[in-house]
Amino acid sequence: MPIIMDADRMGRTLMRIAHEIIERNRGVDGLAIVGIRTRGVFIARRLAKALQQIASEPVPTGALDITLYRDDLMRHAVGPQPVVRRTEIPFSIDDQKVVLVDDVLYTGRTIRAALDALIDFGRPKEIQLTVLIDRGHRELPIKADYVGKNVPTSLKESVHVRLIETDGTDEISVDNVPEEKS
Amino acid sequence: MTTRQVEAPPISALRHKDLLGISDLTADEILLILDTAEAMREIGDRPIKKVPALRGKTVVNLFFEASTRTRTSFEIAEKRLSADTLNIAATASSVVKGETLVDTALNLEAMAPDMIVLRHAASGACHLLSRICRAGIINAGDGMHEHPTQALLDAFTIREHKKSIAGLKVAIIGDLLHSRVLRSNVQLLTKLGADVWVSGPPTLMPAGIERQGVRKTTSVDEAVEGADVVMLLRLQIERMQGMFFPSLREYFTVFGMTRERLKLAKHDVIIMHPGPMNRGVEIDSEVADGPYSVILEQVSNGVSVRMAVLYLLAGGAEHETAV
Repeated sequence: MPIIMDADRMGRTLMRIAHEIIERNRGVDGLAIVGIRTRGVFIARRLAKALQQIASEPVPTGALDITLYRDDLMRHAVGPQPVVRRTEIPFSIDDQKVVLVDDVLYTGRTIRAALDALIDFGRPKEIQLTVLIDRGHRELPIKADYVGKNVPTSLKESVHVRLIETDGTDEISVDNVPEEKS
Repeated sequence: MTTRQVEAPPISALRHKDLLGISDLTADEILLILDTAEAMREIGDRPIKKVPALRGKTVVNLFFEASTRTRTSFEIAEKRLSADTLNIAATASSVVKGETLVDTALNLEAMAPDMIVLRHAASGACHLLSRICRAGIINAGDGMHEHPTQALLDAFTIREHKKSIAGLKVAIIGDLLHSRVLRSNVQLLTKLGADVWVSGPPTLMPAGIERQGVRKTTSVDEAVEGADVVMLLRLQIERMQGMFFPSLREYFTVFGMTRERLKLAKHDVIIMHPGPMNRGVEIDSEVADGPYSVILEQVSNGVSVRMAVLYLLAGGAEHETAV
């Protein structure tokens, strides 16, 4: 279980991304942060805090649940429906620059769903994407604007993100998935 | 120290094809529906009140009894989830030409709907359809038996005001005998640990109701005293065969909910009514429109709860084969 990011590194990475966001957008004016449930929300909140530290201005932060927009929702022959959680975007995203935040970028399908969901809330001026880990293997033409760490992985591996808020510790590791039983 | 702040429902799936009654649900399943409804509610506040979850699914609303609230509520819920819906009212269908319920259902089934929402005057009509249809059946009220989505939206509304249902004193007053809302609510509320009291004229009290884990009394004052929730039920004159009470006026005097009588309840009591309500019979206008009334909230919450039920059942029969 090789650890690819510990708590210290995660903190520094988020601070670096916050600086990049401010550099590219020339400040935090008209900026809004939206995290994708579950772990993206907590990363988004930390990022918003870092942005506020640097720019001394609060940045509106929201949470997006993409379950109802998944492209595989009704396709599984077997298996329960995924649990739906609440979306909370308590501000208008019209003409805002929305920074979408997720933990791991993989196939890109979650982000595709998130883009569809966001558009239902209004017409943002721009949507930018932040991910903590980009592990490759894209199935859609999607690319992150801010990446914590690029981690080349094989399809047999899985990336585990643990956060204090959900798992009691800040740590990202790459694990081997046991052979699928058929 | 491991702290888990992400609230996870104890279970994550309804492993049912149909929703025939509250009697088939466990407390955990009820909570899953209520939690999912909580997430669904926000969709109604968006500029675009629609999500693609049930895209390409066909839902038939088959209503053999008059209904405004329930049918509209189901239809809005289906549309917000992007399902294709069609409405069949008994008066405009082949039923008037003598077709039986089973034949109507088999013909609909031949057109491969994914779900059928059924309201019927006969208790058990939904159970009959669930045995012959591949489509999931949702009970929207069957005779005097059950009306599960009403009980679920009532629970959702209570939970919203009182946080939790366990330990609350809930008084249900009115025509208990003919009420499917009562039967569903008694099962749901007792499963979630409420202290349920029922009250009404002895002629409108179902035999053996006390064996369902509720307390019965013919004194409305006793039922209302210290209640957290007062739920009133309509006198279903259309189902009554014979005399059950002397007059509507006398019924109101003895059992009607007035502001005076409500003073016996807790100071933060909420007043509920599944509708349609008869003002001046089971409920005084002053109470229906008063500050404690959550009657219209019940209607709004109905949409979120039905969205949750539709979504959770949508995987359908396949769930049963899942390990």
